[in-house]
Amino acid sequence: MVELKPGARFQSTACSTEVIVVKGAGEVDLTCGGAPMVASGSGEISGSPSDDAAGGTQLGKRYGNADETIELLATKAGDGSLAADGGALEIAQAKPLPASD
Amino acid sequence: MNLMMLLEMAAEGLGDRVAVGSLDDGLTYRELYDRAHGAANRYRAAGVESAVVCAESSPALPIALFGSAWAGIPYVPLNYRLPADDLLALAERAGSAVAIADESNLERLGGLPGVSSVSAEAFSADPAAGTDEHASPGDWNMDPDDLAVLLFTSGTTGSPKSAVLRHKHLVSYILGSVEFMGAGEDEATLVSVPPYHIAGVASMLSSVYAGRRIVQLPRFDPEVWIDTVEREGVTHAMVVPTMLTRIVDALDARGGAPMLGIRALSYGGGKMPRPVIERALDLFPITNFVNAYGLTETSSTISLLGPDDHRVAQYSDDPIEQQRLASVGRPLPGVEVQVRDDDGAVLGPGEVGEIFVRGGQVAGEYREKGSLLDADGWFPTRDGGFVDDDGYLFIQGRNDDVIIRGGENMSPGEIEDVAISHPGVRDAAAIGVPCREWGEKVVLLIVADGDAPDPDELDDLIRERLRSSRVPSHVEVVDELPYNETGKLLRRVLREQFAHLGDDPTD
Repeated sequence: MVELKPGARFQSTACSTEVIVVKGAGEVDLTCGGAPMVASGSGEISGSPSDDAAGGTQLGKRYGNADETIELLATKAGDGSLAADGGALEIAQAKPLPASD
Repeated sequence: MNLMMLLEMAAEGLGDRVAVGSLDDGLTYRELYDRAHGAANRYRAAGVESAVVCAESSPALPIALFGSAWAGIPYVPLNYRLPADDLLALAERAGSAVAIADESNLERLGGLPGVSSVSAEAFSADPAAGTDEHASPGDWNMDPDDLAVLLFTSGTTGSPKSAVLRHKHLVSYILGSVEFMGAGEDEATLVSVPPYHIAGVASMLSSVYAGRRIVQLPRFDPEVWIDTVEREGVTHAMVVPTMLTRIVDALDARGGAPMLGIRALSYGGGKMPRPVIERALDLFPITNFVNAYGLTETSSTISLLGPDDHRVAQYSDDPIEQQRLASVGRPLPGVEVQVRDDDGAVLGPGEVGEIFVRGGQVAGEYREKGSLLDADGWFPTRDGGFVDDDGYLFIQGRNDDVIIRGGENMSPGEIEDVAISHPGVRDAAAIGVPCREWGEKVVLLIVADGDAPDPDELDDLIRERLRSSRVPSHVEVVDELPYNETGKLLRRVLREQFAHLGDDPTD
């Protein structure tokens, strides 16, 4: 379990994925590649993503849960896919804004 | 959170794309990352409190911005055009510093205690930079509350205050408004706003995160702007109203041929004269126009009027849709807006009051005064205005500029909007001038479009659209109105210049 709050950063222990929390609060079982994620800089990569969680993450994409209470931004890409409390996090459709500056 | 996170992602995702400069000799994102590392080493070795920049736009600026974030000290851009005494007074407030300075300021700034000055060329060409492996681990601090940027606000009233922007505010703005790598490889943005303006800082961050090449125009000139757009293959640009006015005039002087290469043109920083934006829509017939409203204290844009609304307004016969061209559109997704009256009560659609904003990008803090956010995180913008039935935000000027005549508050903006709707008026300013009878009276200054209109016609128009109390006591025709370089009308100057009309016995 990790504590989600905007700005918190987590790394995968099964691949090179790193994320920053854009939206989310409270204790969540956050996994990547089927293995628990830990605070960035506090863990080592050991093993590889499990077969059912090997969809990968893409740099700069946002990942969210179905009820839109969690949104993570991938700051490093990897081979594992993300899940929170057992539910897969999917790529959130970006809402493009026109450039303003 | 740290601004370096944005550049790290760009260097990873788009390492070989040009980040700033020309396609043939610009810095790539990976090179920019390496130079930022070199700059961070320089700042750390010097052990200074601030990264001061007092120079025209050049690649040294993004290097210093990201390098200061890496080193954990604030980036402090100063207005290099200030008179020497004013400049030194501001520079002293930044404490010990490495200061990038133009030639005229190198010695001046280097003479301050604890300050070492360096030219932009020497700073960018640091031989220590570039020797680090790209993979050098980012050892910047991730505390979101760390200071990122200190900006001296333009100070149209009184002495400049230093606005505090923390990493969390700027990162929140970028993540909330820019899609990572959202720009195509052929896109380039032309930055001509001053580097010590919030839009100058924000443009570096949003362009890097979007992956859009930055082309810098150090001294704005409409002819050079047009030529640079064509030479550099510029697709995006941000301008302030005075710049667009001059670009439109220059294009007309060249025969009025449309510019088709610019895909997106955003403007903000002050009130855009209606005739200018209307002419610009014709001269840039397929460009996406964006009107952005924001403040230094809100990490740049908080509300924007998008491309579709511009074209609808251009071609619509519906007065409501046409009127939207005078609005700043709708708030960004991460920003909330409220309009409140003098007692703090929240007002409904169409009701005029002070605009309050809240959101992750809203800093609302000054070094001198601390945080101005209330207990619930709302920031008073000091701008007056209203929100219409469809959520479009209309700004009617600074609350400090409100005219109080006989106890009645009136916004200069509403009087100016009516005056400018007269075909003989190119630009207008309404000011309050102290007088014995009313406390303040309304003086209207107009710039004529061709022959000056009859003042009685303007009086009738204002009486008809607004009410008789808004009818000016005096209408004066002037050659031009005083704006600062980011397009803010200097009402203070006008109030001084026309103070003599206050107790004019001929009334």
